[in-house]
Amino acid sequence: MRIALSVNGREVVAEVEPRTLLVTLLRERLALTGTHVGCDTGQCGACTVHLDGRAVKSCMVLAAQADGRHVTTVEGLADGDTLHPMQQAFREHHALQCGFCTPGMVMAALDLGAEASDVRDGLDGNLCRCTGYQGIVEAVMAARSRADAPV
Amino acid sequence: MHPFDYLRPRGLAEAIDAFRASPDARWLAGGQTLIPTLKLRLASPALLIDLRDVPGLGGIRVEADRVVIGAMATHAEVAASPELRPALPALATLAGGIGDRQVRNMGTLGGSIAACDPAADHPAALLALGAEIRTDRRALSADDFFLGMFETALEPDEVVTSVAVPRPRAAAYARIGNPASRYALAGVFVARFDGAVRVAVTGAAPAVFRADAIERALSADFSPAALDGIAIDPFGLNEDMHASAEYRAHLIGVLARRAVSETEI
Repeated sequence: MRIALSVNGREVVAEVEPRTLLVTLLRERLALTGTHVGCDTGQCGACTVHLDGRAVKSCMVLAAQADGRHVTTVEGLADGDTLHPMQQAFREHHALQCGFCTPGMVMAALDLGAEASDVRDGLDGNLCRCTGYQGIVEAVMAARSRADAPV
Repeated sequence: MHPFDYLRPRGLAEAIDAFRASPDARWLAGGQTLIPTLKLRLASPALLIDLRDVPGLGGIRVEADRVVIGAMATHAEVAASPELRPALPALATLAGGIGDRQVRNMGTLGGSIAACDPAADHPAALLALGAEIRTDRRALSADDFFLGMFETALEPDEVVTSVAVPRPRAAAYARIGNPASRYALAGVFVARFDGAVRVAVTGAAPAVFRADAIERALSADFSPAALDGIAIDPFGLNEDMHASAEYRAHLIGVLARRAVSETEI
């Protein structure tokens, strides 16, 4: 089937099998390998992207479900060489070690919204096996406290 | 996943016609249960019919004595609705505790109740609140809707369109989740109406059920202490690697007390 969607602001038309996952479309067809596949079972959150501005696990979404919608991946955040404030905060607060979970963490953190009182609760759909989470929580809180961060 | 066809009709009649014309179709709402099921090859339908573009299945409307929620409303929408939260805070809190943020952004109320997972949260709320489940062809009471494990009164080609949830005097939901999967080991929804208390339990048995003894005790005296003498019979409760039937029976009593002490409105 033919689908048409916007990925990081770019119009994409693709011929896919209905069973194609969104993460497969992103990684294998569009070469956007910043979105990682961790568990492939909806547990770990490494594949988190934004669908119409909301965080979803792209291993649990069909590419067909994204037809006609807007997808943002971690590649869509930075402005040239200038990191997004959330990415910059991750860098400054040692919020990553191996980095495998980082794209999903960043995308999930950006969907927390100002009303999320507890960052730890808000990120409970994302697993990190290196940092013990403390650096991630500090980074997200730092980014949220910056006036210029569109979180 | 085995291959399947995919259809996203723009009307309910068209959707149902397509369903009936296929030998093995499945409805797709948010997919947060169905897609993992397909990936595990526990289901291999010939056709998925995505209800996303069918008009009239979304939205949340608060009325004087009830809240009407579209079947395609996501858990995130139910949790964050500024209209719903003051009217039915216990349901907003329940929806905000389902799965994780990403799952709540995709998963829908209609999908949850139609799937009827034994550990799903929404069935407890709808059963305790005495909700009416509206479909393309009829209206069912929650008491008649939830039949068993993954089993509802829905015909295969029937589509949940909305639920109408009576507004109680007070309500609360208390759950204990499996620390890994976050599915409820047990969850108890307590709803207090004028003259009656309704209590529904999820996660503890093959399907959601009403806890008669707890309802009687709370109808007489709406306080945690009213449950002190009540023992839940573990017979028929779920027993698995995560919890014994006896432990789940114990949890029901603990969670019922907790819910009573936390009732909102």
